[in-house]
Amino acid sequence: MDNLKLHYDVNGDDFSVAGENSSKVKKMLKQLGFSPDVIRCVAIAMYEAEINMVIHANGGFIDVDISPERVKVELQDKGPGIPDIEKAMQEGYSTASNRVRELGFGAGMGLPNMKKYTDELNISTEIGKGTLVELIVNVK
Amino acid sequence: MKLSDVREILSAEVLTGEELLDKEVHSACGCDLMSDVLAFVKDRALLLTGLMNPQVIRTAEMMDIETVIFVRGKKPDEAIIGMAKMKDIIVMTTDYPLYIAAGMLYKAGLGNV
Ligand SMILES: Nc1ncnc2c1ncn2[C@@H]1O[C@H](COP(=O)(O)OP(=O)(O)OP(=O)(O)O)[C@@H](O)[C@H]1O
Ligand SMILES: [Mg+2]
Repeated sequence: MDNLKLHYDVNGDDFSVAGENSSKVKKMLKQLGFSPDVIRCVAIAMYEAEINMVIHANGGFIDVDISPERVKVELQDKGPGIPDIEKAMQEGYSTASNRVRELGFGAGMGLPNMKKYTDELNISTEIGKGTLVELIVNVK
Repeated sequence: MKLSDVREILSAEVLTGEELLDKEVHSACGCDLMSDVLAFVKDRALLLTGLMNPQVIRTAEMMDIETVIFVRGKKPDEAIIGMAKMKDIIVMTTDYPLYIAAGMLYKAGLGNV
Protein backbone atom coordinates (compact mmCIF):
# COMPACT_ATOMS: atom_id res chain seq x y z
CA MET A 1 0.00 0.00 0.00
CA ASP A 2 1.26 3.50 -0.83
CA ASN A 3 1.69 6.01 1.94
CA LEU A 4 -1.05 8.58 2.34
CA LYS A 5 0.29 12.05 1.55
CA LEU A 6 -1.31 15.36 2.45
CA HIS A 7 -0.24 18.87 1.57
CA TYR A 8 -1.35 22.12 3.22
CA ASP A 9 -0.56 25.79 2.74
CA VAL A 10 -0.30 27.83 5.92
CA ASN A 11 -1.30 31.46 5.83
CA GLY A 12 1.14 33.51 7.89
CA ASP A 13 -1.14 36.53 8.31
CA ASP A 14 -4.10 34.94 9.98
CA PHE A 15 -3.48 33.81 13.52
CA SER A 16 -7.14 32.93 14.01
CA VAL A 17 -6.91 29.98 11.58
CA ALA A 18 -3.46 28.82 12.73
CA GLY A 19 -3.69 25.17 13.70
CA GLU A 20 -6.62 24.28 11.43
CA ASN A 21 -4.36 21.92 9.47
CA SER A 22 -3.32 20.11 12.63
CA SER A 23 -7.00 19.76 13.38
CA LYS A 24 -7.59 18.20 9.94
CA VAL A 25 -4.71 15.77 10.36
CA LYS A 26 -5.94 14.79 13.79
CA LYS A 27 -9.36 13.94 12.36
CA MET A 28 -7.80 12.02 9.49
CA LEU A 29 -5.66 9.89 11.83
CA LYS A 30 -8.74 9.14 13.90
CA GLN A 31 -10.61 7.99 10.79
CA LEU A 32 -7.66 5.82 9.80
CA GLY A 33 -7.84 4.10 13.18
CA PHE A 34 -4.51 5.12 14.72
CA SER A 35 -4.23 4.69 18.49
CA PRO A 36 -5.22 7.66 20.69
CA ASP A 37 -1.63 7.84 21.91
CA VAL A 38 -0.17 8.24 18.41
CA ILE A 39 -2.88 10.73 17.47
CA ARG A 40 -2.20 12.82 20.55
CA CYS A 41 1.55 12.92 19.93
CA VAL A 42 1.14 13.96 16.29
CA ALA A 43 -1.58 16.51 17.07
CA ILE A 44 0.33 18.31 19.82
CA ALA A 45 3.69 18.34 18.04
CA MET A 46 2.21 19.43 14.70
CA TYR A 47 0.06 22.12 16.32
CA GLU A 48 3.09 23.59 18.13
CA ALA A 49 5.03 23.60 14.86
CA GLU A 50 2.14 25.08 12.89
CA ILE A 51 1.70 27.87 15.44
CA ASN A 52 5.45 28.56 15.30
CA MET A 53 5.22 28.88 11.51
CA VAL A 54 2.60 31.57 11.90
CA ILE A 55 3.98 33.52 14.86
CA HIS A 56 7.67 33.36 13.98
CA ALA A 57 7.91 32.75 10.26
CA ASN A 58 5.02 34.14 8.21
CA GLY A 59 3.55 30.79 7.20
CA GLY A 60 4.68 28.23 4.65
CA PHE A 61 3.60 24.73 3.76
CA ILE A 62 3.16 21.39 5.44
CA ASP A 63 3.56 17.88 4.03
CA VAL A 64 2.23 14.92 5.94
CA ASP A 65 3.24 11.37 5.07
CA ILE A 66 1.26 8.63 6.76
CA SER A 67 2.16 4.94 6.75
CA PRO A 68 1.01 2.16 9.10
CA GLU A 69 4.43 2.28 10.82
CA ARG A 70 4.84 6.00 11.36
CA VAL A 71 3.51 9.51 10.76
CA LYS A 72 5.92 12.08 9.36
CA VAL A 73 5.17 15.81 9.24
CA GLU A 74 7.38 18.30 7.42
CA LEU A 75 6.85 22.01 7.93
CA GLN A 76 8.73 24.35 5.63
CA ASP A 77 8.65 28.11 6.10
CA LYS A 78 10.30 31.11 4.48
CA GLY A 79 10.85 32.90 7.77
CA PRO A 80 13.96 34.41 9.33
CA GLY A 81 15.50 31.09 10.38
CA ILE A 82 16.68 30.16 13.88
CA PRO A 83 20.12 31.59 14.77
CA ASP A 84 20.82 29.22 17.67
CA ILE A 85 18.83 26.00 17.65
CA GLU A 86 20.31 24.74 20.92
CA LYS A 87 19.13 27.88 22.67
CA ALA A 88 15.72 27.73 20.98
CA MET A 89 15.29 24.17 22.26
CA GLN A 90 15.60 25.29 25.89
CA GLU A 91 12.42 25.52 27.92
CA GLY A 92 11.47 29.13 28.45
CA TYR A 93 13.49 30.58 25.57
CA SER A 94 11.28 32.71 23.37
CA THR A 95 11.60 35.72 21.10
CA ALA A 96 7.83 36.09 20.78
CA SER A 97 6.44 39.63 20.69
CA ASN A 98 4.08 41.03 23.30
CA ARG A 99 1.25 40.70 20.82
CA VAL A 100 1.90 36.95 20.57
CA ARG A 101 2.08 36.67 24.36
CA GLU A 102 -1.28 38.39 24.68
CA LEU A 103 -2.66 35.65 22.45
CA GLY A 104 -1.56 33.02 24.96
CA PHE A 105 1.67 31.85 23.32
CA GLY A 106 5.35 32.64 23.61
CA ALA A 107 6.33 30.76 26.76
CA GLY A 108 9.20 29.03 25.00
CA MET A 109 7.66 25.61 25.49
CA GLY A 110 6.85 24.65 21.89
CA LEU A 111 10.12 23.12 20.69
CA PRO A 112 10.76 21.17 23.95
CA ASN A 113 7.19 19.95 23.71
CA MET A 114 7.67 18.81 20.10
CA LYS A 115 10.75 16.89 21.22
CA LYS A 116 8.79 15.27 24.03
CA TYR A 117 5.93 14.08 21.83
CA THR A 118 7.91 12.79 18.85
CA ASP A 119 10.35 9.97 18.22
CA GLU A 120 12.37 12.19 15.94
CA LEU A 121 12.63 15.96 15.64
CA ASN A 122 14.91 17.31 12.92
CA ILE A 123 15.35 21.02 12.32
CA SER A 124 17.32 22.51 9.47
CA THR A 125 17.43 26.25 9.25
CA GLU A 126 19.13 28.94 7.24
CA ILE A 127 19.25 32.54 8.41
CA GLY A 128 17.16 34.77 6.15
CA LYS A 129 15.90 31.80 4.14
CA GLY A 130 13.68 29.70 6.37
CA THR A 131 13.31 26.64 8.53
CA LEU A 132 12.38 23.03 7.87
CA VAL A 133 10.97 21.12 10.83
CA GLU A 134 10.53 17.37 10.49
CA LEU A 135 8.50 15.46 13.06
CA ILE A 136 8.26 11.68 13.18
CA VAL A 137 5.97 9.67 15.44
CA ASN A 138 6.40 5.90 15.27
CA VAL A 139 3.51 3.51 15.71
CA LYS A 140 4.53 1.12 18.46
CA MET B 1 -18.10 15.12 39.29
CA LYS B 2 -20.51 15.72 36.44
CA LEU B 3 -20.33 18.74 34.19
CA SER B 4 -23.82 19.62 35.36
CA ASP B 5 -22.34 19.92 38.89
CA VAL B 6 -19.61 22.16 37.55
CA ARG B 7 -22.22 24.41 35.98
CA GLU B 8 -24.08 24.61 39.27
CA ILE B 9 -21.01 25.32 41.40
CA LEU B 10 -19.86 28.12 39.12
CA SER B 11 -23.37 29.41 38.32
CA ALA B 12 -22.16 29.09 34.76
CA GLU B 13 -24.04 29.70 31.56
CA VAL B 14 -23.68 26.94 28.96
CA LEU B 15 -23.02 28.38 25.50
CA THR B 16 -22.74 25.11 23.63
CA GLY B 17 -22.85 21.41 24.54
CA GLU B 18 -25.90 21.56 26.82
CA GLU B 19 -26.70 17.96 25.81
CA LEU B 20 -23.29 16.73 27.03
CA LEU B 21 -23.51 17.83 30.68
CA ASP B 22 -23.98 14.26 31.90
CA LYS B 23 -20.30 13.62 31.22
CA GLU B 24 -17.90 13.10 34.12
CA VAL B 25 -14.84 15.27 34.62
CA HIS B 26 -11.89 14.20 36.79
CA SER B 27 -9.41 17.02 36.62
CA ALA B 28 -9.14 20.68 35.77
CA CYS B 29 -6.60 23.33 34.97
CA GLY B 30 -6.79 27.11 35.21
CA CYS B 31 -4.53 28.82 32.73
CA ASP B 32 -4.30 31.82 30.41
CA LEU B 33 -1.23 30.55 28.65
CA MET B 34 -1.95 28.02 25.89
CA SER B 35 1.78 27.22 25.71
CA ASP B 36 1.54 25.82 29.24
CA VAL B 37 -1.69 23.98 28.55
CA LEU B 38 0.03 22.24 25.64
CA ALA B 39 3.05 21.40 27.74
CA PHE B 40 1.53 20.33 31.04
CA VAL B 41 -2.11 19.28 30.88
CA LYS B 42 -3.11 15.64 30.85
CA ASP B 43 -5.96 14.77 28.56
CA ARG B 44 -9.66 15.07 29.23
CA ALA B 45 -9.21 17.81 31.79
CA LEU B 46 -11.50 20.80 32.03
CA LEU B 47 -9.94 24.14 31.13
CA LEU B 48 -10.73 27.38 32.96
CA THR B 49 -9.32 30.39 31.18
CA GLY B 50 -9.52 34.15 30.86
CA LEU B 51 -7.96 34.07 27.40
CA MET B 52 -10.38 34.65 24.56
CA ASN B 53 -9.45 33.67 21.03
CA PRO B 54 -10.00 30.74 18.61
CA GLN B 55 -6.70 29.15 19.66
CA VAL B 56 -8.23 28.35 23.04
CA ILE B 57 -10.70 26.01 21.33
CA ARG B 58 -8.07 24.61 19.00
CA THR B 59 -5.68 23.97 21.89
CA ALA B 60 -8.49 22.20 23.72
CA GLU B 61 -9.12 20.06 20.65
CA MET B 62 -5.45 19.04 20.37
CA MET B 63 -5.30 18.16 24.06
CA ASP B 64 -8.61 16.25 24.07
CA ILE B 65 -9.96 18.79 26.52
CA GLU B 66 -13.73 18.42 26.35
CA THR B 67 -14.81 21.47 28.31
CA VAL B 68 -13.71 25.10 28.24
CA ILE B 69 -15.01 27.58 30.80
CA PHE B 70 -14.37 31.27 30.24
CA VAL B 71 -14.06 33.20 33.51
CA ARG B 72 -14.84 36.74 34.67
CA GLY B 73 -17.99 36.89 32.58
CA LYS B 74 -16.16 36.74 29.27
CA LYS B 75 -18.40 35.67 26.43
CA PRO B 76 -16.90 34.30 23.22
CA ASP B 77 -18.28 35.48 19.89
CA GLU B 78 -20.38 33.33 17.56
CA ALA B 79 -17.35 32.22 15.56
CA ILE B 80 -15.67 30.75 18.62
CA ILE B 81 -18.87 29.10 19.86
CA GLY B 82 -19.54 27.67 16.39
CA MET B 83 -16.04 26.27 16.20
CA ALA B 84 -16.41 24.59 19.60
CA LYS B 85 -19.74 23.14 18.58
CA MET B 86 -18.22 21.56 15.47
CA LYS B 87 -15.51 19.98 17.59
CA ASP B 88 -17.96 18.74 20.26
CA ILE B 89 -16.36 20.94 22.89
CA ILE B 90 -18.58 22.18 25.69
CA VAL B 91 -18.29 25.90 26.38
CA MET B 92 -19.49 27.71 29.48
CA THR B 93 -18.98 31.16 30.93
CA THR B 94 -18.91 32.12 34.60
CA ASP B 95 -18.80 35.52 36.28
CA TYR B 96 -16.21 34.34 38.83
CA PRO B 97 -12.55 35.24 38.24
CA LEU B 98 -10.06 32.46 37.49
CA TYR B 99 -8.64 32.06 40.99
CA ILE B 100 -12.04 31.92 42.66
CA ALA B 101 -13.58 29.61 40.07
CA ALA B 102 -10.64 27.21 40.34
CA GLY B 103 -10.82 27.31 44.14
CA MET B 104 -14.53 26.53 44.15
CA LEU B 105 -14.10 23.46 41.96
CA TYR B 106 -11.08 22.29 43.93
CA LYS B 107 -12.94 22.63 47.20
CA ALA B 108 -15.81 20.64 45.73
CA GLY B 109 -13.40 17.78 45.06
CA LEU B 110 -12.22 18.24 41.50
CA GLY B 111 -8.51 17.35 41.36
CA ASN B 112 -5.76 19.04 39.45
CA VAL B 113 -3.95 17.84 36.32
N1 LIG C 1 9.77 28.35 12.42
C1 LIG C 1 10.53 29.21 13.11
N2 LIG C 1 11.14 30.24 12.49
C2 LIG C 1 11.91 31.11 13.16
N3 LIG C 1 12.13 31.03 14.49
C3 LIG C 1 11.54 30.04 15.17
C4 LIG C 1 10.72 29.07 14.53
N4 LIG C 1 10.29 28.19 15.46
C5 LIG C 1 10.83 28.59 16.62
N5 LIG C 1 11.60 29.70 16.46
C6 LIG C 1 12.39 30.39 17.50
O1 LIG C 1 12.60 29.52 18.59
C7 LIG C 1 12.04 30.10 19.80
C8 LIG C 1 11.49 28.98 20.67
O2 LIG C 1 10.36 28.34 20.03
P1 LIG C 1 9.27 27.63 20.95
O3 LIG C 1 8.22 27.09 20.07
O4 LIG C 1 9.96 26.68 21.85
O5 LIG C 1 8.73 28.82 21.84
P2 LIG C 1 7.73 30.00 21.44
O6 LIG C 1 7.07 29.70 20.15
O7 LIG C 1 8.46 31.28 21.53
O8 LIG C 1 6.66 29.91 22.63
P3 LIG C 1 5.53 28.77 22.81
O9 LIG C 1 5.83 27.68 21.83
O10 LIG C 1 5.65 28.33 24.22
O11 LIG C 1 4.24 29.43 22.54
C9 LIG C 1 11.01 31.07 19.30
O12 LIG C 1 10.73 32.09 20.25
C10 LIG C 1 11.68 31.62 18.05
O13 LIG C 1 12.68 32.57 18.39
MG1 LIG D 1 6.15 27.83 19.83
